[in-house]
Amino acid sequence: MTPAGSLLAAHDLRKAYGPTNALDGAEFSIHPGEVVAVMGPSGSGKSTLLHCLAGIVTPDSGSILYDGREMATMNDAQRSALRRSEFGFVFQFGQLVPELTCVENVALPLRLNGTGRKDAERTALSWMERLEVDDLKAKRPGEVSGGQGQRVAVARALVTNPRVLFADEPTGALDSLNGERVMELLTEAARSANAAVVLVTHEARVAAYSDREIVVRDGRSRDMERIV
Amino acid sequence: MSIGHTLLGLLESGPRHGYDLKRAFDEKFGHDRPLHYGQVYSTMSRLLKNGLVEVDGIEAGGGPERKRYAITDAGITDVQRWLATPEAPEPYLQSTLYTKVVLALLTNRNASDILDTQRSEHLRMMRILTDRKRKGNLADQLICDHALFHLEADLRWLELTAARLDKLAEVVTR
Repeated sequence: MTPAGSLLAAHDLRKAYGPTNALDGAEFSIHPGEVVAVMGPSGSGKSTLLHCLAGIVTPDSGSILYDGREMATMNDAQRSALRRSEFGFVFQFGQLVPELTCVENVALPLRLNGTGRKDAERTALSWMERLEVDDLKAKRPGEVSGGQGQRVAVARALVTNPRVLFADEPTGALDSLNGERVMELLTEAARSANAAVVLVTHEARVAAYSDREIVVRDGRSRDMERIV
Repeated sequence: MSIGHTLLGLLESGPRHGYDLKRAFDEKFGHDRPLHYGQVYSTMSRLLKNGLVEVDGIEAGGGPERKRYAITDAGITDVQRWLATPEAPEPYLQSTLYTKVVLALLTNRNASDILDTQRSEHLRMMRILTDRKRKGNLADQLICDHALFHLEADLRWLELTAARLDKLAEVVTR
């Protein structure tokens, strides 16, 4: 059953890697503008859940509805298009292209979607301003700090106005002050754009930026809001 | 918190009336728990009796609340001693949550549920503090951070316990 009004909802997801059940009947749902933390110990299946929800990994069974459309019925090209235009991604590290400047990095998703350089970089710069990294536009990723680089990565993830932002341990490589600033700016920017955020984290202080949490353990998920 | 020492410390910058002291305390330290006037006056009479403060002046026509207090040399020494003495680290050895988990295991109830519910409750409080921190000034941020780090420590223990529930069940039901 899909919770009413949800933008992205998964039901009874199963995924095995060899003998290991990474997902064993996981459930998930998120509404537009909502920030949901996916928590759980290492190896519990939370990253697999994120990868399935984002269409990166195909589950063995179960259903994923995005905006009313069943993802299993989409072909690879359709799923890629979805990832490019409707989803944004932020990972722990290693996301920026080292040869490009920061503004070129942020503009990259727009360029790949066919936007001209000038327009793409103008939009990119406005996102960099929101993430307070516009002064780094001409620098290359190797010349900025970890916290700054992560904010550039968040700007890049949001530049296409995605409806869902997937963030997998986005502050995992940062110290707590930088991590907090990234979380503040990420959640503010996502909320103001009414984007839903699927936030995978094992850190409670990061999860505290969410509206609610689900806990994944042994491939099964538990939505705490619907239980408590 | 030692209210007496805190009020004494506030007096070090100059004499104040009881009302001023309460206001200064609430502004700097009493965000969630402002002092009652009664607490201020009972504390001040104790400090007065112990020679740590003295009455610096009484405004005409006023009752006891119009007294102006000044810190004495003995008071300054007392504040200095208090500041230099480390606070005893709280060992947290009697945890209600631990008791609940063990009892759940002993009575064949679901201990994971207890931990999940507790995590959720902790996170609810952490969200409130995170929000207050975001909207607050530096003092708010530091106060909230202190609370957040403690709640986070509880949650680390909780996750570790969740990962060891099977082993704990073996031990306690043996």
